[in-house]
Amino acid sequence: MSDWFDQMVRDEGGRVLATLVRLTGDITLAEDSVQDAVVEALHRWPVDGVPANPGAWLTTVARNRALDVVRREAKRTKKEADAVLLDEMTTAFGERTTDSMVRDDLLRLVFTCCHPALAIEARVALALRILCGMSTVEIARVFLVSDTTMGQRISRAKKKIATAHIPYRVPADHELPDRVASVLVVVQAIVTAGHHAPEGRLDGRIDLAEEAIRLARLLHDLMPDEPECAGMLALALATHARRDARLDDDGELVLLPAQDRGRWRLDEIAEAETVLDAAMHRRRAGPYQLQAAIAILHDLARTYEETDWPQIAALYGVLEAHWPTPVVRVNRVVAVAEADGADAGLRLLDELDAAEVSSWHLYWSTRGELLSRTGRRAEARDAFDRALECAPNDSDRRFLERRRDELSR
Amino acid sequence: MPRYAALIYGDLADDSPIGAASRAEIHQEYFDFGDRAGAAGVLSGGAALQPPSAATTVRVRGGKGGEVVTTDGPFAETKEVLGGFYIIDAADLDEAIRWAAQIPGAWLGSVEVRPVVDFSGS
Repeated sequence: MSDWFDQMVRDEGGRVLATLVRLTGDITLAEDSVQDAVVEALHRWPVDGVPANPGAWLTTVARNRALDVVRREAKRTKKEADAVLLDEMTTAFGERTTDSMVRDDLLRLVFTCCHPALAIEARVALALRILCGMSTVEIARVFLVSDTTMGQRISRAKKKIATAHIPYRVPADHELPDRVASVLVVVQAIVTAGHHAPEGRLDGRIDLAEEAIRLARLLHDLMPDEPECAGMLALALATHARRDARLDDDGELVLLPAQDRGRWRLDEIAEAETVLDAAMHRRRAGPYQLQAAIAILHDLARTYEETDWPQIAALYGVLEAHWPTPVVRVNRVVAVAEADGADAGLRLLDELDAAEVSSWHLYWSTRGELLSRTGRRAEARDAFDRALECAPNDSDRRFLERRRDELSR
Repeated sequence: MPRYAALIYGDLADDSPIGAASRAEIHQEYFDFGDRAGAAGVLSGGAALQPPSAATTVRVRGGKGGEVVTTDGPFAETKEVLGGFYIIDAADLDEAIRWAAQIPGAWLGSVEVRPVVDFSGS
């Protein structure tokens, strides 16, 4: 029953936990109670058989556990506050939990875990722990920190939620755009972490990209009227669809021009397109929808040469006008260079603020590529040397060394 | 109801080149904030502080009952100094942040929102 059971716990766990957080108002108590219920299921189900509705069974057992804990605590401390909580919980436990209540509970939990008053690292860790059901040890491993460090990060975040009274509530309409953005940046950070392992082989962390898609799906499902949630899902799908072509058989990085497009997942690209098309009808563009549109344009080109560069350059232009980050600017440079030539790209590159980009390997490697195309090989080599100085992982470094050495021949 | 301290930090160098007119304007904005927050019933205290140059730091050397040692100036010399605070009663952090964002110090410097320890339940 093990594989099925693990999957069920991952699928139902978040929903059960969200309900328990509503009932207890305490994430740690909710987590402990759900954990106890899972352990009890492991003992009871092989003997008694699997209940018809495993999620409901877990919820009932978990809330009884939580009630026991609070009852004991109220008796021990004789505190007014605990007695009040016990009373509230007993009343709430009598109510039937409907599916729409569970959805609301989950959505509230999303906004609590991704609250902007928590540091982004804390939000990412909490989202993976609480919304994706990953264990602290698994999260520590993907972020290459010790279990202790990750455990502390998560418990500090939970403690802040409790002591600062970060609410368990869906934000009001006028707050929603900002708050949705602070949720989506968490998904984005998980996607990025999945792509940029600081050391070793990149494909060791493919799971993280799948977690990001799972989370993006959950958000899109919970907030169907927010086009940026759809944009995030489409972006994650459209990028992840290229995973099998991104590394060669030796685990080396393969850039877009050289990727074997036959290894891209057409079904996932099609899903990304469907999701994005539906979102665009709402006519509320945003950075994730624009980035998804760009990623899909890449996905749809049968060869690198057939890529619709003018359209991609135009989309980056819109993106840059609203969100002028160095990443967006350098990506626009690449598109402009493909559409209008390397010199046009270099001219744009010269306009960038040196202080913002001079320690960023992609800026220098882009510069190196464009210089080599215009025949300025010595300058190109220097640029690749600079890129190597800032490269974050082995795979990037090996790739840059290869490019530099090609220029020396 | 949770209680928060909104600690107002700013670059309050005594010789800051702020004009008399804009100083009066800022004071007016603080009064307006006080009126609004007071009328909403969220304020339960607060004070504006004299600059750090008026501060005296007190330490008792050698444990409780030991020698009282005073130093001229603040506990720590920093560019951004604590200029004052409000005590805000709010339903949760979101509401506290909403009020804190209306304190002039939030755009002239920064406002740190810190939960106040509640001893009433223990």
